Amino acid sequence: MSDPSAASLVSTPRPEQPSEAGAPVNAGLPESAQKQQKPRGLLGDAWIDLRRKPLFWISATLIVIFVLMAAFPSLFTSGDAVNGALSRSQVKPSADAWFGYDVQGRDVFARTIYGARASIMVALLSVIGTLLIGGTMGIIAGYRGGWVDALLSRIADIFFGLPFVLGSIVILTTFNGSGSDNNEWTIMGLVIMSLTVLSWPVVMRLMRSSVLATKEADYIVAARALGAGTGRIILKHLLPNCLAPLLVYGTIMVGSFIGAEATLSFLGIGLKTPVVSWGIMISEAQNYIRVSPYLLFFPAAFLVTAVLSFVMLGEAVREALDPKLR
Amino acid sequence: MSDILVSEQSAPGADGSGRPSGRLLEVDDLRVEFRTRDGVAKVINGVTYHVDAGETLAVLGESGSGKSVTAQTIMGILDTPPGFVTGGQVRFHGKDMLKMSAEQRRRIRGEGIAMIFQDSLSALNPVFTVGFQIAEQFRVRRGMSRSDAKKRAIEMLDQVKIPNAKGRFSNYPHQFSGGMRQRAMIAMSLALDPEVLIADEPTTALDVTVQAQIMDLLGELQRERQMGMILITHDLGVVADVADRIAVMYAGRIVEEANVYDLYAKPAHPYTLGLLNSIPRLDEKGQELRTIKGLPPNLMNIPSGCPFNPRCPMAQPVCREKLPPLLQIGSGRASACHFAEELVNRD
Amino acid sequence: MTENIIEVRDLVKHYPVTRGIVFKKTTGHVKAVDGVSFDLKAGETLGVVGESGCGKSTLARVLMNLERPTSGQVLYKGQDISKLSGGALRRLRRQIQLVMQDPYTSLNPRMTVGDLIGEPFEIHPEVAPRGSRRTKVKELLDLVGLNPEHINRYPHQFSGGQRQRIGIARALALRPEVIVCDEPVSALDVSIQAQVMNLLEKLQAEFGLSYVFIAHDLSVVRHLSDRVAVMYLGKMVEVGTEDEIYERPTHPYTQALLSAVPVPDPTLRDNKAIIRLTGDVPSPISPPSGCRFRTRCWKAQDLCAQEVPLLQIRPGSDHPSACHFAERREIVPAHEVA
Repeated sequence: MSDPSAASLVSTPRPEQPSEAGAPVNAGLPESAQKQQKPRGLLGDAWIDLRRKPLFWISATLIVIFVLMAAFPSLFTSGDAVNGALSRSQVKPSADAWFGYDVQGRDVFARTIYGARASIMVALLSVIGTLLIGGTMGIIAGYRGGWVDALLSRIADIFFGLPFVLGSIVILTTFNGSGSDNNEWTIMGLVIMSLTVLSWPVVMRLMRSSVLATKEADYIVAARALGAGTGRIILKHLLPNCLAPLLVYGTIMVGSFIGAEATLSFLGIGLKTPVVSWGIMISEAQNYIRVSPYLLFFPAAFLVTAVLSFVMLGEAVREALDPKLR
Repeated sequence: MSDILVSEQSAPGADGSGRPSGRLLEVDDLRVEFRTRDGVAKVINGVTYHVDAGETLAVLGESGSGKSVTAQTIMGILDTPPGFVTGGQVRFHGKDMLKMSAEQRRRIRGEGIAMIFQDSLSALNPVFTVGFQIAEQFRVRRGMSRSDAKKRAIEMLDQVKIPNAKGRFSNYPHQFSGGMRQRAMIAMSLALDPEVLIADEPTTALDVTVQAQIMDLLGELQRERQMGMILITHDLGVVADVADRIAVMYAGRIVEEANVYDLYAKPAHPYTLGLLNSIPRLDEKGQELRTIKGLPPNLMNIPSGCPFNPRCPMAQPVCREKLPPLLQIGSGRASACHFAEELVNRD
Repeated sequence: MTENIIEVRDLVKHYPVTRGIVFKKTTGHVKAVDGVSFDLKAGETLGVVGESGCGKSTLARVLMNLERPTSGQVLYKGQDISKLSGGALRRLRRQIQLVMQDPYTSLNPRMTVGDLIGEPFEIHPEVAPRGSRRTKVKELLDLVGLNPEHINRYPHQFSGGQRQRIGIARALALRPEVIVCDEPVSALDVSIQAQVMNLLEKLQAEFGLSYVFIAHDLSVVRHLSDRVAVMYLGKMVEVGTEDEIYERPTHPYTQALLSAVPVPDPTLRDNKAIIRLTGDVPSPISPPSGCRFRTRCWKAQDLCAQEVPLLQIRPGSDHPSACHFAERREIVPAHEVA
């Protein structure tokens, strides 16, 4: 190790054998050119690491674009996403309308841009909700153990046993049946709720098993021996070491939730026209896939790109949070 | 036990292949590297040793010295990738095993060379009974019938002194205690009557009283069968009890080889001397231990010259520049130190 | 006579063995520690040796108050620590610290060395004001022989021996009086083991620490300990000074244990009388009646099955031994030979 100041950033060689690595034991060996070191923690180091990753910048840029799209669709297009002229039905992409027009003559480009809002909001909020509920339940169940664990696990099993589609049909037809006049935000909220309610048990199981495995680790025992309280053990020791599988699963969920939202729309119980979402567009397009494949292609391409960005971001963050992988 | 070493191992691979040396198992200038994400670790850098029928060679070294990787290469169970053999030979009865087909090597495994591992719990398959795992070898490799195989397996369990072998035949590994499991492992590796047994830290996971039992058993079986045994360990105490010859490894090289009495009486390499000084002894009261300073080298960046020079109390400028070859000094012993003669001849 | 800093009286720790997930049924008890008493004097090192399953690690956990004893007392300066809770327990923790066996698993991989060694100060903020902590951490790193500049590194960037030094620095941070060392060097290489043992000795001299040094390696224990206690299946079978145990052992188990330790000297190979024990340690769920060692003992008589031998000084000996037939026997031969 010739360069100690950089060594904590750059990964130290990790050969198979445990007993090398590191610098000389003896303090005070030539350690010149030592920059004044600021104390750093896991998050600070993770940020420094992230900044050096192209993967992170690419995915973050894409996500920022998508978020802007969701927040201010008018920045990206001046077209009308809702109203169309049947005269332009299924006109192919051109310089005028880059993505062409759909069956009802609506501008596909504008629709794709406007669709980002519903799709990304539903997916992101559902993922956050799922991770929060599932993660918290998992930590409680895993850390407390005993009857608390038994109770929470059985509750989770009940929800786990509900078939996803059937469950959301029940929830959504109850609150959002045909004839109800909920506005788009209420519907979105209902969709988010049903996705969250039906998905948290998986996250809880994931979290619980990872807490169970970590709970017995020597460093937890060591922290207890120092007198650390429950809060510190969970926040400082358990969470950082249990988060990785959750992050990975969360990013995968973003994609599947965008798809799930589409399924619900397709079944007529999710978001409805005039609300625009990629899911709605894809489900509408599938009848015309032979004649006008671009109707499917553009929203699907956006969806895939969005999902991929989240997966890449999750991967980058997971690596950054694991000092061993830096 | 006055085996003459193959001397002049300084010139790597000088010797031709297939020379009929009459040796049972020879490792000749073996080189292995691990190619990892972070770089290439040179794990074995020219290891040469041999073992003959009926003798015990102890390979002594700390973690990272390459002692286990050498054994894995001999057995052909090196993980590739990341491990790659980049040079040298492993000759069994004069034939280079590294050039053999997978099928030929498989045949040697078990019947020619067998291995026992440190962790007997993970080396035995938990879903089959211990008896079945031993009997299976007789059925698959010897074509025995189910009942003959069972009979032989029970004999084997009996030979390794597992009480009530017949009853124990149908027990699962987790029903055995650590010592019994290690016995079962020995039974399994000796089932096909190998000529060489490689024991990789066979007693490290065991308690001292059980360790003594297992080492006794290994010694007894070795004498009965006239096997060659390679005992890989870091325990200087165990080595002193059972080895005939010792090869000390450091940073992927043999730094000293000698018979057991010479090595303990007059170590010819400062690393060996340092090791002997740094162990607390049961028969001595506590003084401050004389330690070897520093750490073993990073195998991705081995110091130039003698790899031990940064930690060596005797290091001279020459040690930083020139890699000392493993040269014969006196009869039947070799050392890879520029100052080996001085070390041995001082009082 | 120096004062006793820790007194352990009739300590018992049983773990229930349960079956079933929702409706748990206790089917037995693992008698991990079953009636252990000893004293630890200020500034001394008490070695505790025994084979796996003898209860020495459970003893460490109970001493650290990580587990509550089933019965019996652990007194720190006369105060029963297992009765403490809340603030009193937290204050006590400053006085008794733990060094664990495995340097690879005992440090949180996602904390920097600075955070790891600084954590004791965060848990016990009264020990060091916030501003001085960083300096203190660097002092500690220096003290255990690590480079203070490496404060921002993560555990995986250190070797096993260095990590064990980090663990020791953490234990030292609060300037405790007692450190319980649970197999602190058994996961380390020979040359590194010696470095860490020397460090432990140096720190003891510097800070007047008392150690409870738990290990299975008898040579290591002899090297560091002033007094030694030998454990077998949850009980102490022999207690004495280092000389008494290693030179004049009277319990057959101690004798067998000592004779089985390989001595790094090939010339002793043939004139060493090794006592070969047969079989393995019985299960601590149902230990043998009477003397627990009788199933492996060559001296066992009917009396041994009926009556539990007490740990007491017996005729012809100068230290307590829990054997009905305790007698001296020459075990460690090196002194004559050398």
